[in-house]
Amino acid sequence: MLKFVIRRLLLLVPILFGLSVLLFVWLRALPGGPAQALLGERATADSVARIEELYGLNEPWYVQYWKFVSAAVQLDFGNSAHTNRPVTEEMLRTFPATIELAVAALVFAIGIGIPLGYFAARKYGSWLDNLSVSGSLLGVAVPVFFLAYILKYVFSVRLGWFPTHGRDDPRMDAEHPTGLYVLDGILTGNLEASWDALVHLVLPAVALGSIPLAIIVRITRASVLDVVHEDYVRTAEAKGLWERTITRRHVLRNALLPVVTVIGLQAGLLFSGAILTETVFAFDGVGQFIYEAISTRDYAVLQGFILVIAAMYVVVNLLVDVSYGLIDPRVRVR
Amino acid sequence: MSVSISEARGPLLDVRDLSVAFTRKGSPDVRAVDGVTFTVSPGETVGLVGESGSGKSVTSLAVMGLLPPRGVRVGGQVLFDSDDLLTLPRDRMRDIRGRDIAMVFQDPMSSLNPVVPIGVQVAEVLERHQDLKGEPARRGAEDLLARVGIPDPRRRLKEYPHQLSGGMRQRALIAMALACKPRLLIADEPTTALDVTIQAQIIELLKELVQDTGASLVMITHDLGIVAGLCDTVHVMYSGRVVESAGRRELFAEPHHPYTGGLLASVPRLDAPRGAPLHPIPGSPTDVLQWSDGCAFAPRCPNRIEPCTGGPPPLESIGGRSLRCLNPLTESEEVPA
Repeated sequence: MLKFVIRRLLLLVPILFGLSVLLFVWLRALPGGPAQALLGERATADSVARIEELYGLNEPWYVQYWKFVSAAVQLDFGNSAHTNRPVTEEMLRTFPATIELAVAALVFAIGIGIPLGYFAARKYGSWLDNLSVSGSLLGVAVPVFFLAYILKYVFSVRLGWFPTHGRDDPRMDAEHPTGLYVLDGILTGNLEASWDALVHLVLPAVALGSIPLAIIVRITRASVLDVVHEDYVRTAEAKGLWERTITRRHVLRNALLPVVTVIGLQAGLLFSGAILTETVFAFDGVGQFIYEAISTRDYAVLQGFILVIAAMYVVVNLLVDVSYGLIDPRVRVR
Repeated sequence: MSVSISEARGPLLDVRDLSVAFTRKGSPDVRAVDGVTFTVSPGETVGLVGESGSGKSVTSLAVMGLLPPRGVRVGGQVLFDSDDLLTLPRDRMRDIRGRDIAMVFQDPMSSLNPVVPIGVQVAEVLERHQDLKGEPARRGAEDLLARVGIPDPRRRLKEYPHQLSGGMRQRALIAMALACKPRLLIADEPTTALDVTIQAQIIELLKELVQDTGASLVMITHDLGIVAGLCDTVHVMYSGRVVESAGRRELFAEPHHPYTGGLLASVPRLDAPRGAPLHPIPGSPTDVLQWSDGCAFAPRCPNRIEPCTGGPPPLESIGGRSLRCLNPLTESEEVPA
């Protein structure tokens, strides 16, 4: 197992190398440039040239690439042309926010999706089943930003149950050693800050988790429906086992295999979904930051952030594969 | 609960007029089993024989209470210890399954949970019915695996079904079935999915275990070789009904029903000359008549006469055997050679 993990981690090197080349070329093929974006439409050729020299953009692309790679391996991605701060610093600020949001969205999607899918399958054809099937269809069909606005309007603006934006109450005096606000509150013993951060997380997490939730419900339901007709479930019944033993050991363990795969794929996608959700809720995370970086052609930020996101995607999928091996002995790797 | 002597002497399992119909909205019911009656005495081995679709597996699932809860109508009685299993509450039935009545299924690969170690799958029966936990249950499982002839049982406990051969898997399933020393074992084509050489081993093992524990065995099969080597009494089923019942010797020596005769004749014989034609039963089990219109076997029957298609033939008892046929085979036309 350890060998497998190491091999997969080593695979990251060629993946990131290939991706960095693609990114580099692709970004520079975009119309306009950082100088143009910084200075506006009526910038003089002279001032554009000055900015380009400042960021080394006047050099040939391979020279730029070499400089970028040699710095990047030391985790230095340069400075943002937009905020003028080191990209690494921006990462440390924004990634914890988005990771916290993504985890909350996943917890919401898994925590509700698997039980709902299971009971829908067991009560096949009942009102609960019909509701979950049509509800999950709706969940997939409604665009995230629309759902986010609706949630915000109903639960924040109208009912006032949840805050409308941000990660915490600005009046909250809290320390943030990790940047994961809920965890920070627990670590520093400031449970009030944890609760405040949690309340701020609810609506964005529900909005972001709605599509994974819908998919998890459907996959769980279909998978459970398949598994309950398997011969080994009949064998378990023939042994006279209690229903809860049959459910846990014989039905769920098998039915969750495809669900784990889907969870992994969805976890990776959460980062792109976060762009819309974070924008609606003014949630200061990666999504919002990348959105700004794209509109300002902030090469350094885009290169650094996209590479890190890709690496995280690979790691998440590695975790999925490892957990797959833990559940299913047949795919356990040599 | 004390068991009176008269009860103890009576049959262990008494299936009376069992019928199973699959119902579906908008289409007529499908009668898979119709008026099946047979008994199994303590220590007896009974064969249920027939082609696919003859209702033998459905009969066994009905006895076990394993038919799907919806879309099925079950009638008649299944008496076990003078309890009617068909009307027993679900939890009582769960207590009986695996402890008093156990079952071995056809395909050992799909009948084992692929993601749970063999040891857990054996031990869970002991945990459920004998209140063993942890180490004693594990040791019990190890003993059971050793008993069904699985070498190195301690190591096998931790292995998964895909790491075992087909024969080993079927042995493991037999170990699970025999874990609580059931009084009745139902084996549903236990050798169909196995290699021929393994088939004989598994049958030998079943025979030996049943003799050792004194359990009764209901062997469901289409293989007359297995019946010949194992069963005391044989019930031949066709299209959901028993068409002929007899002791093993009588049945093989003198089949009365043309279907039984056809089954026996269709077994290829080693002593037949090379190139001698095989004798299949013409047609397929799907060419049936509704029993209400006549004998279901009539469309394929070489002995068919006019009255066969004029109404359901009754099951008649003649000298210790029963037969559902209006024009049975006579001695001269038995088993075409």
